[in-house]
Amino acid sequence: MTWSATARGAHQPDNTAFTQQRLPAWQPLLSASITLPLFFCAGLAFIGLGLGLYYSSNGIVELEHDYTGDAGSSNCSVCAAEGQGRAPPPPCSCAWYFSLHELFPGPVYLYYELSSFYQNNRRYGVSRDDAQLSGLPSALRQPANECAPYQRSATGLPIAPCGAIANSLFNDTFSLWHQHQPAGPYVEVPLDRAAIAWWTDYHVKFRNPPLVNGSLALAFRGTAPPPNWPRPVYELSADPNNTGFVNQDFVVWMRTAALPTFRKLYARIRQGDYSAGLPRGAYRVNISYNYPVRAFGGHKLLIFSNISWMGGKNPFLGIAYLVVGALCILVGFAMLVVYIRYQDQTDDDDDDE
Amino acid sequence: NNTIKTSKYNAFNFLPLNLFEQFQRLANAYFLILLFLQLIPQISSLPWYTTVIPLVVVLSITGVKDAIDDMKRHQNDNQVNNRSVLRLVKGRMEEDKWMNVQVGDIIKLENDQPVTVSTLGCGFFLVAWVGTRDSDSASAAVLVKQAITCTSDMKDNLDLLSAFDGEVSCELPNNKLHRFTGILSYKGKDYFLDHDKLLLRGCVIRNTDWCYGLVIYTGPDTKLMQNSGKYTFKQTHVDRLMNILVLWIFLFLIVMCLMLAIGHGIWENKIGYYFQIFLPWENYVSSSFVSSLFIFWSYFIVLNTMVPISLYVSVELIRLGNSYYINWDQKMFYAPKNTPAQARTTTLNEELGQVKYVFSDKTGTLTQNIMIFHKCSINGTLYGDVIDKTGEKVAVSEKDKIDFAYNKLADPKFSFYDKTLVEAVTKGDPWVHLFFLSLSLCHTVMSEEKVEGELVYQAQSPDEGALVTAARNFGFVFRSRTSETITVVEMGETRVYQLLAILDFNNVRKRMSVIVRTPENRVMLFCKGADTIICELLHPACISLCDVTLEHLDDFASEGLRTLMVAYRELDNKFFRTWSVKHGEACLSLDNREKKLSIVYEEVEKDLMLLGATAIEDKLQDGVPETVMTLSKAKIKIWVLTGDKQETAVNIAYSCNIFEDEMDEVFTVKGKDSETVRQELRKARSKMKPDSLLDSDPVNIFLAKKHKALFTMPEEVPNGSYGLVINGYSLAHALEGDVELELLRVACMCKGVICCRMTPLQKAQVVELVKRYKKVVTLAIGDGANDVSMIKAAHIGVGISGQEGMQAMLNSDFAFSQFYYLQRLILVHGRWSYNRMCKFLSYFFYKNFAFTLVHFWYAFFNGFSAQTVYDNWFITCYNLIYTSLPVLGMSLFDQDVNDTWSLCFPELYEPGQLNLYFNKKEFMKCLIHGIYSSLVLFFIPMGAVYNSERSDGKEISDYQSFSLIVQTSLIWVVTTQIALKITYWTVISHFFIWGSLGIYFCLLFLLYSDGLCQMFPNVFQFPGVARNTLNQPQMWLSIVLIVVLCMLPVIGYQFLKPLFWPVSVDKILKRIHYCMKHPLPPPIRPRRRRPGLRRSAYAFSHQHGFGALITSGKTVKSKALKKNSFPAKK
Repeated sequence: MTWSATARGAHQPDNTAFTQQRLPAWQPLLSASITLPLFFCAGLAFIGLGLGLYYSSNGIVELEHDYTGDAGSSNCSVCAAEGQGRAPPPPCSCAWYFSLHELFPGPVYLYYELSSFYQNNRRYGVSRDDAQLSGLPSALRQPANECAPYQRSATGLPIAPCGAIANSLFNDTFSLWHQHQPAGPYVEVPLDRAAIAWWTDYHVKFRNPPLVNGSLALAFRGTAPPPNWPRPVYELSADPNNTGFVNQDFVVWMRTAALPTFRKLYARIRQGDYSAGLPRGAYRVNISYNYPVRAFGGHKLLIFSNISWMGGKNPFLGIAYLVVGALCILVGFAMLVVYIRYQDQTDDDDDDE
Repeated sequence: NNTIKTSKYNAFNFLPLNLFEQFQRLANAYFLILLFLQLIPQISSLPWYTTVIPLVVVLSITGVKDAIDDMKRHQNDNQVNNRSVLRLVKGRMEEDKWMNVQVGDIIKLENDQPVTVSTLGCGFFLVAWVGTRDSDSASAAVLVKQAITCTSDMKDNLDLLSAFDGEVSCELPNNKLHRFTGILSYKGKDYFLDHDKLLLRGCVIRNTDWCYGLVIYTGPDTKLMQNSGKYTFKQTHVDRLMNILVLWIFLFLIVMCLMLAIGHGIWENKIGYYFQIFLPWENYVSSSFVSSLFIFWSYFIVLNTMVPISLYVSVELIRLGNSYYINWDQKMFYAPKNTPAQARTTTLNEELGQVKYVFSDKTGTLTQNIMIFHKCSINGTLYGDVIDKTGEKVAVSEKDKIDFAYNKLADPKFSFYDKTLVEAVTKGDPWVHLFFLSLSLCHTVMSEEKVEGELVYQAQSPDEGALVTAARNFGFVFRSRTSETITVVEMGETRVYQLLAILDFNNVRKRMSVIVRTPENRVMLFCKGADTIICELLHPACISLCDVTLEHLDDFASEGLRTLMVAYRELDNKFFRTWSVKHGEACLSLDNREKKLSIVYEEVEKDLMLLGATAIEDKLQDGVPETVMTLSKAKIKIWVLTGDKQETAVNIAYSCNIFEDEMDEVFTVKGKDSETVRQELRKARSKMKPDSLLDSDPVNIFLAKKHKALFTMPEEVPNGSYGLVINGYSLAHALEGDVELELLRVACMCKGVICCRMTPLQKAQVVELVKRYKKVVTLAIGDGANDVSMIKAAHIGVGISGQEGMQAMLNSDFAFSQFYYLQRLILVHGRWSYNRMCKFLSYFFYKNFAFTLVHFWYAFFNGFSAQTVYDNWFITCYNLIYTSLPVLGMSLFDQDVNDTWSLCFPELYEPGQLNLYFNKKEFMKCLIHGIYSSLVLFFIPMGAVYNSERSDGKEISDYQSFSLIVQTSLIWVVTTQIALKITYWTVISHFFIWGSLGIYFCLLFLLYSDGLCQMFPNVFQFPGVARNTLNQPQMWLSIVLIVVLCMLPVIGYQFLKPLFWPVSVDKILKRIHYCMKHPLPPPIRPRRRRPGLRRSAYAFSHQHGFGALITSGKTVKSKALKKNSFPAKK
């Protein structure tokens, strides 16, 4: 008697829309009247967008030069040959001459491109210590284990900045010279090397350790530079805002690339006479050739490029949009035909029933 | 002691025990192993938290669920353990808690009190009617238990009871409900104890004011606990499929890892070796081969998300939610008994959407086990139809009910509509009087009158109860009986008849008689029985009456009523005396007593005068015929497995639409040996499908090829609609050897199958047979203990709750109180659960493929270095936060059509039976779709950022921006994908879907925020990426392109699929959507009358009656004693 002697209706479930699964709901249906127009509209919109993207990408001017120095391709081959099999390679310089017959519209950006360089290799990518790079003094002395084998120098000193990424810092340098008149003197084109890194990287992610007695060098005392570096990190630049961990080139390099072929911004040309672009004339790029890539089949390129609203030259998106748009419309037509034909058939079936 | 412990944990051992149990699951163990792999620095490609956080969440969700379940069990245990009981302590009865009862205690049980120990009936009780919860047969819910004579003499003398020093030796605790052997040694004598003397835990004492008992088994030793202890774990087909698929995925994972490891070896050889100027090999790596060994494991870790960690826990949550819907369903709540439907097993929901065979019990499931006196034929006049002036039958309504107010002893619940019968009674028609007198005398019903004038009848078979109640209402009230007398109030006048003999019922005789001496000193024999038997015993004088009555009987039978003929004979004193002597001798004879008795009976049961016939309606449960029709429209086959007789079972089969009159033929198999049975089955098959006997029949070829091994019987199509009736005796032969295949082939071609006179074990065997050879889902529904075996054997067991017996319910997976709820359970809840589960699985696998396979493509561009595409935090949160709610929302709320349409168009159920919505083929589609999506997800962003810059010339092709683009696109793709899958957008779905997207972006800004990254620079390595990349047009252009590229094929496929590969369901759905837009009045289904003739059925329980018990005189003592004890108490 104990188990049934409860009040009448005590077990009655609640009559709510939720418990009775009667929640009001919108029940969309993918009918032909939605699907077919959807395909056509998407197709048209994509073709429109694709055309815009394609033309804006096409409008971008790019000038690139491979200065890796594979046999006889450029005058850097001497440097390449000299550096063959020597580590570190001896300092060497070479040049790239080119001429512009018309204005290279600005602002012009100077990139270097590396190929077959696996910055996205996992072991390479983790070989860094973000705590050290954010200026934590403890991490400066105790680099993370991920940095190995560039964690500590042969003498046992902690390496700052530690890790393979920092050790492999790109160290070719470029300067651009412009010859206004034929046979005239070459004038150096000012390269704006400031603010080439992300604002957040420069201000947030990368920070120097706190200065000791107002000196960055003292702050880094007791650390060793990465083995490949000719000079310690606090001497990367004379500019106190651009040295140590917050050196712009270093910060750009430390933002590892997603793909084995990548470009990194070297400088912007936007000062003086060159704010509107590179005027016509002959140019020379002086290259100090230090960085070895030929050992693993890599290539080094220099690129001058300008930029549109949707970034650098890359026709991919435009073409992809055009192709997808065209496909949409084609498939839409095919579906329309199928629909009309089968619609009749099913109607007939229904009549038969 | 008697403490019951069903709970598994306590506060201290919960954590270790629960964790131990959870890690026994393969999936959890896999992730634990993965965790250890991740802790090895040489191969760790993902930080530890990417696995630990999801694992902890999954473990804790399951842990909380287990804890709640266990808490409920604790509560139940406490409730049971703290019930009070009267215990004999030092010569006094003391109230105590059940849990303190110990073996050897003497306890007192009172009327309507449940028993929670196995007690030996002891002390007094003579006729204890024990309504058992574990009733043996549904038709006899009341069992008679008797104490042994030596103890019953002690009555309620506490001194004697306290001094009782007998010794009981009995068998060890076991789970056999109907067997008990033991010996009581008391005062130097041994008494044999059997299960009749034992009160089992779970019984309720009825019709007994009190009894004393000796406790024999307590707590876990009781038969009930021994029975309920072992729960056979049921796995659904989807579960099994899921395990296979997870295994496939695992193999796929290994293959991918192998490929990538080989790729890595080649890469290290060609490029990595030379790249060492910038990235030297680790000192433990001596060659590219060693390196690729490590990479294999690294990729094993990276690609682990292929095996979805949250799959199992999500599946459990979904099933739990869908089970709650069943518990909550108001339309499955039975108000009169206050019983809601109950999903007792929360892991079988989607199986409900795939049922192909329903095995149903009859009594208590299809029928209410309530008999109603519906019609009668007295002396050639038919009573019971309400006929208007023109002679047409009129439908009866409640207000036409006859008022029996003139009879104070009438049962108010009895209803009858034909006034002419009452008029005949009041006019004093002698035949009508004699008819009802015979009904009030010829039975074995016991009456109980606690309050003056309120009679309660205890009948062994409900038919008898109905007849006696009818007589009572028409003025012939059976008031009480002793072993020698029957007191009847005849039209207000009390008359005592002397009971001379009861010629009890048995299955061969199919009749029972009583011989009474009337107050006028006439000796009368009243007999009732099956028409076929009675007709042969009639006096030749009433042949014409017999013909008229038989016509009426045909009428009754055609309405599905159960009929009996009633006759009488007046005996002269001398004849009776000589017969009585013979009877006495036969009774006392030791050998062949049964046979001798029946010969003696036959001597007196002849030359009977026909009085008339009764027609009793075996009341069907509400809505049974409609439900059966709906289920058969859903192509569900219904087999009735009953312990009842063939006639009754077939009768019920017709009245609830399992058999139809339009059927081409109903085969009856009644062979007595296996060869006859086989011949009968083959004959049936040759009619249903003549060419199936040829050797060229594909099924025969199939069977000839494979023998003995397990195989799936192919589906066969008969040339018409047939039914099969087979009884338990023939079935025993049919289940032997290879006859079972013959049986299966015949039975599965039939529209309806009736198996009668089945033992509980045979019920299970039939279910097993279908389960073994047909790869279909079976469902068994029943209410009694005799159905337990089939409920346990079937894939899904359904118990009818709210009945006296709870055994079926306790062993069932789902329980509700009305048969017609079955259609809602299967067609609505089952279908929804199945559809939801399938949608869930296909989406879940898809989203993990799309997520994980991107790593695979990326490997080709990063030197196969186990570099992940995504941020570690994204990997951690993807399954757990970003995509969990929408998919849960979909699988808890989605419905393609609402419940009304589901029931209107049972054809919608078919895809579940054929398992169309999720199978290996669908899985392959998911895989291909996932591969396609991952390709798009990787190559579009790659093309978009390749050698590209932002509009300010700065970096966009860096690793972190690329990660962001891919993962944001992925979130958009999987979200739009689920948006396409959802057909039922509730507020909650909107909230979950858009909320998840919102959460993604919020978390993105949080995880990539300056503050967090400055605090933990090595944990949050992506500062500023969100800010720098989310405002780039390339990013959004890529996302739009990716989403469209991933969606349009799906939309196109969905659009073209019903055109190219139309399934019947598509058409129905189309019609439903049309109807939803243009509301039509719901079609009124005409209730078809069932014309035609069928043989009649006789209404008797198929057990021996209580005749012997009544005449043994033991009830007298009981009555006398009751009268003695009551005043004393007052």
